Amino acid sequence: MIGADGVSFAYGDTLVLDGAHVTAAPGTVVGLIGPNGSGKTTLLRTLYGALAPKAGLVTLDETPVGELKPRELARRLAVVVQEGTGELPLTVTETVLLGRAPHLSTFQRHGRDDYRVAAASLERVGARHLAGRVFAGLSGGEKQRVLIARALAQQADHLLLDEPTNHLDIRYQHEVLQLVSRLDVTTVVVLHDLNLAARYCDELVLLDGGRVAAAGTPDAVLRPEVLEPVYRIGVQRIDTGDGVQLLFRPLDSVPEGATA
Amino acid sequence: MSLTGAVPEPHVEDPFDDDLGRAAQRRRTVLWMGGLSAGLLVTVVLAVGIGAVGIDPGTVARIVGHHTLGSPADVTWTQAEDSIVWQVRLPRVLLGVVVGAALAVCGVALQAMVRNLLADPYLLGVTSGASTGAAAAILFGLGAGFGENALPASAFLGALAASAAVFVVARAGGRITSLRLLMAGVAVGYALYAATSFLIFAADSAEGARSVLFWLLGSLGLARWGTPLAIVVVVVALTLAALLLWSRRLDALAIGDETAHTLGVPPTRFRVQLLVVVSLCIGAVVAASGGIGFVGLVIPHVARRFVGAAHGRVVPVAALIGAIFLVWADVAARTLLEPRELPIGIITALVGAPFLLILVRRFHSAGV
Repeated sequence: MIGADGVSFAYGDTLVLDGAHVTAAPGTVVGLIGPNGSGKTTLLRTLYGALAPKAGLVTLDETPVGELKPRELARRLAVVVQEGTGELPLTVTETVLLGRAPHLSTFQRHGRDDYRVAAASLERVGARHLAGRVFAGLSGGEKQRVLIARALAQQADHLLLDEPTNHLDIRYQHEVLQLVSRLDVTTVVVLHDLNLAARYCDELVLLDGGRVAAAGTPDAVLRPEVLEPVYRIGVQRIDTGDGVQLLFRPLDSVPEGATA
Repeated sequence: MSLTGAVPEPHVEDPFDDDLGRAAQRRRTVLWMGGLSAGLLVTVVLAVGIGAVGIDPGTVARIVGHHTLGSPADVTWTQAEDSIVWQVRLPRVLLGVVVGAALAVCGVALQAMVRNLLADPYLLGVTSGASTGAAAAILFGLGAGFGENALPASAFLGALAASAAVFVVARAGGRITSLRLLMAGVAVGYALYAATSFLIFAADSAEGARSVLFWLLGSLGLARWGTPLAIVVVVVALTLAALLLWSRRLDALAIGDETAHTLGVPPTRFRVQLLVVVSLCIGAVVAASGGIGFVGLVIPHVARRFVGAAHGRVVPVAALIGAIFLVWADVAARTLLEPRELPIGIITALVGAPFLLILVRRFHSAGV
């Protein structure tokens, strides 16, 4: 279980999160949605302890994240972040093996089992054939799958993902999220695409200006009257036999502050 | 259920038994390490024999064996040969081995730490600090209390003071980022460069200025058996051990701070640890040998070309290549203009700069 209770965070004097609540029950996938600058990534970073909240409490299975040692946290919580790859030409195998780091003591080398876990993780995301390639030379979709494989290699039972469908074409967007939703791991995922959120998340948390504007099932959150004031865009909802689909259009109103 | 389910039990027929090329990788690494170790041994024996008085490798081996293992017990060589090998050249070659290895592995660590492949160990202002200390010792007799070790002692103190300054500047706000570390290093470096120039100017001694310049370009000529050499050997050995144990953390840090954090490596804390270790090591090395450029910049790239980017392999291989390279560079420095001695920094830069250009072209064609 992942929990954030009344979490606030400020960069300098700018309040980015203002008493946000998120709870991910064991085995569920919770989507964090909201406009740019609404605090999604900041909230995610407090969940994995990269930022210490100014107020509120972040917990992992009831234990405050701040009290967990770095390696123990990494054994229980895997994270797929949006970050460059650095300049070193590490191979895909070496990249995925890094997921084993939290399980090895300083004096241990990678053993047979670590390689086996890495191979299985790559297999699971359909990237086994990339093992010998240099990570930095992969396409966006291949990189994303390898990073998810590294998270799998951590064998944690909690998973956080920051916009894992970025740079992916439509097929890979669905493949990646299908994979994540079938892992049966407690997951919090930041998503931009609300239709993907509708299909693959069990619960959604809608952020607006650092506060939770709405939370609940996709059916309850993805409603025009909820989304329109937050995104300032026209929303039409279609309930198909295959779930909720949203259509968007610009609002006719003139933007604030603009003169006609 | 957890992700453990993704992993087959060991006793099950294992579809992943080809282990992602682990065995092949290990064989390659063992071959490289074995080959380079043998190369280093040959290098040491040959380099000790080369000089104004040439001594054949067999005699070199016997003299070293006589002094260290007591075998052979019978002396079949002249007293002069004995003192050339044992008193003059061996400590010098040994210092070359240690300094070369240290510069190379500290370069590896620095490049991972600031995530920039053009970083070298002198980036942290350590060399500039050591230079200021050395200039003060040469020109104004600073550190006279250390007797004959006044020069290395004040260079070492200068190096530590400089890294402390870089550390304090870079640490503003409780975090140390790559960029801040780079900028602090450059700023402190220039300030100390100005200080060194001022000392040279103020001393107004042509002879003193020449000594400082010679020292700045590096030399292994100060090597002799004694406490300073022992200190350098111990510090470098400890540094090498630490970097080997930290190889996975270096991999993680080289990818990015956020990634390192999520893999259980707190980036700022690890950077501080690296900073302390590397500063002490480079401080000791610079104090003993002056500012030898290009080794720490180029050798890590060479090592990566041979064994890939993972630090578990790059650190030991870079150490061996750095050691071999510096010993031969010193042989060139000793013999090219015999009987005069060239600063070794001229040799390493002459060889290193074109090498770097070739590497850059290769990087370009590899799309990195």
